[in-house]
Amino acid sequence: MSSPLVLAAGEVGGDFFRERNVGDLCQAQPNHLFCWEWAKDNIDRFGTPTIQHLQIVIPSILIGFVAAFALALLAHRIRWLQPPLLAATGILYTIPSIAFFFLLLPLTGLGRDTAIIVLAAYTLQIIFRNTILGLNNVPASVKDAARGMGFTSRQILWKVELPLAIPEIVAGLRVAVVSTIAIATLAVLISAGGLGTEMYGSNLNFPTAIIIAGAIVILMAFAFDSILLLIQRLTTPWRRVSQA
Amino acid sequence: MSSLPYASFIGAFEFIFSPQESNVTGGKKVGGFDKSVELLIKHLEVTLIALAIALVVALPLGLWLGHRGKGEQFAVGVSNAARAIPELAVIALVAVLIGVGLGNVAPVLAILGIPPILNNAYVGVQQVDRATVDAARGMGMSEMAIVRKVELPIAIPTVMGGIRSAAIAILATATIAPLAGVETLGDFIINRNVYGENGLLAGAILVALLALTIEGSLALLQRRLTSDGLKLKTV
Repeated sequence: MSSPLVLAAGEVGGDFFRERNVGDLCQAQPNHLFCWEWAKDNIDRFGTPTIQHLQIVIPSILIGFVAAFALALLAHRIRWLQPPLLAATGILYTIPSIAFFFLLLPLTGLGRDTAIIVLAAYTLQIIFRNTILGLNNVPASVKDAARGMGFTSRQILWKVELPLAIPEIVAGLRVAVVSTIAIATLAVLISAGGLGTEMYGSNLNFPTAIIIAGAIVILMAFAFDSILLLIQRLTTPWRRVSQA
Repeated sequence: MSSLPYASFIGAFEFIFSPQESNVTGGKKVGGFDKSVELLIKHLEVTLIALAIALVVALPLGLWLGHRGKGEQFAVGVSNAARAIPELAVIALVAVLIGVGLGNVAPVLAILGIPPILNNAYVGVQQVDRATVDAARGMGMSEMAIVRKVELPIAIPTVMGGIRSAAIAILATATIAPLAGVETLGDFIINRNVYGENGLLAGAILVALLALTIEGSLALLQRRLTSDGLKLKTV
């Protein structure tokens, strides 16, 4: 809680509404859809919120992925765990993230830690469900063939089942990453910083800042999505062969 | 980190059931059961109106595209792209550019519900066994009848999955609707300088309970709507 990074986020959360030097042109029309003059002069102010946004999103996804992946491997081995784990992660997925942020407030307080916990919990369901789905979809004949070649259960899991499940796992990860990047804008409500800071507070009535921050969020989501798609292509070369 | 005093769950439950003296409004009483119920009903109303609009727009379109097996890029692409849109930006822009109030907010919330319904209706219908559809056509059923009596019943689990996602997305975003002048349960959260920290937590508890209730009700509805034959197959 008291790491320098979190304190920095807290400080930003406390006093991030810097003075906005709105040009004369923009001041004349407060509801002006997009003020290019202001955008040109102030584009640098979006740097810090963008970095903060990444500092929320990346740990959330890493934690969510590791946890969901471990749960999926466990539930793959112990079959009867699948329905209860699906139900439990489903409940976490159903609770709206804004509500979730504040439900944790008495326990973890304001700031980035709370945001990361909520967003990680939110990704569990999507990644868990898709990993289980991918593993369940591996044809029994392929596993039999691997067993016939003398593979142990562990080798079958890591060398046959998981590689064949990559498309489903990555599909889940893509949904999780894109939604997390969008939802992380709400982290501003618990003073965790991020691009939401440019959409809330005094910026609530200033479309130009909201549009720029929103565009950065969408571009970030698109970039992460493309990277994941590339990873999938690189890790499943046999799919390209069969599709060609 | 923050000067705000931390709320307690006990305080939040007291806030839900009886008006509390707020430490921020100089002893004026805020919250209470009547206010909570009023906001809960409003939240539900906004959600249902938006969901209804989304259903009317997206369900027929998704079913028809799935039936024709066309427009996959459109149906699936819209759904994927929409996930990247930050709700906070949408609500804030609506308030500034279009205007405040239910009439402006409900259609915009509906737009958030359209992608999952469209996507799942398309995928659900498209996945129906072509042999089944051909059999229905061979029996002389019209295309409309095939969609209504064959494809939709078989696709119900997938279609309902989309409606559930849409309902939760709309309900979640309705929480920040007070920013656009629609008083939902989010009012307790957004206006924390009126309701105090216990009100904030009370709002979060009520929103979470409402979401779980809606999700549970729709899951029950899905079971009722799914034909017994399909249930047997999944066992």
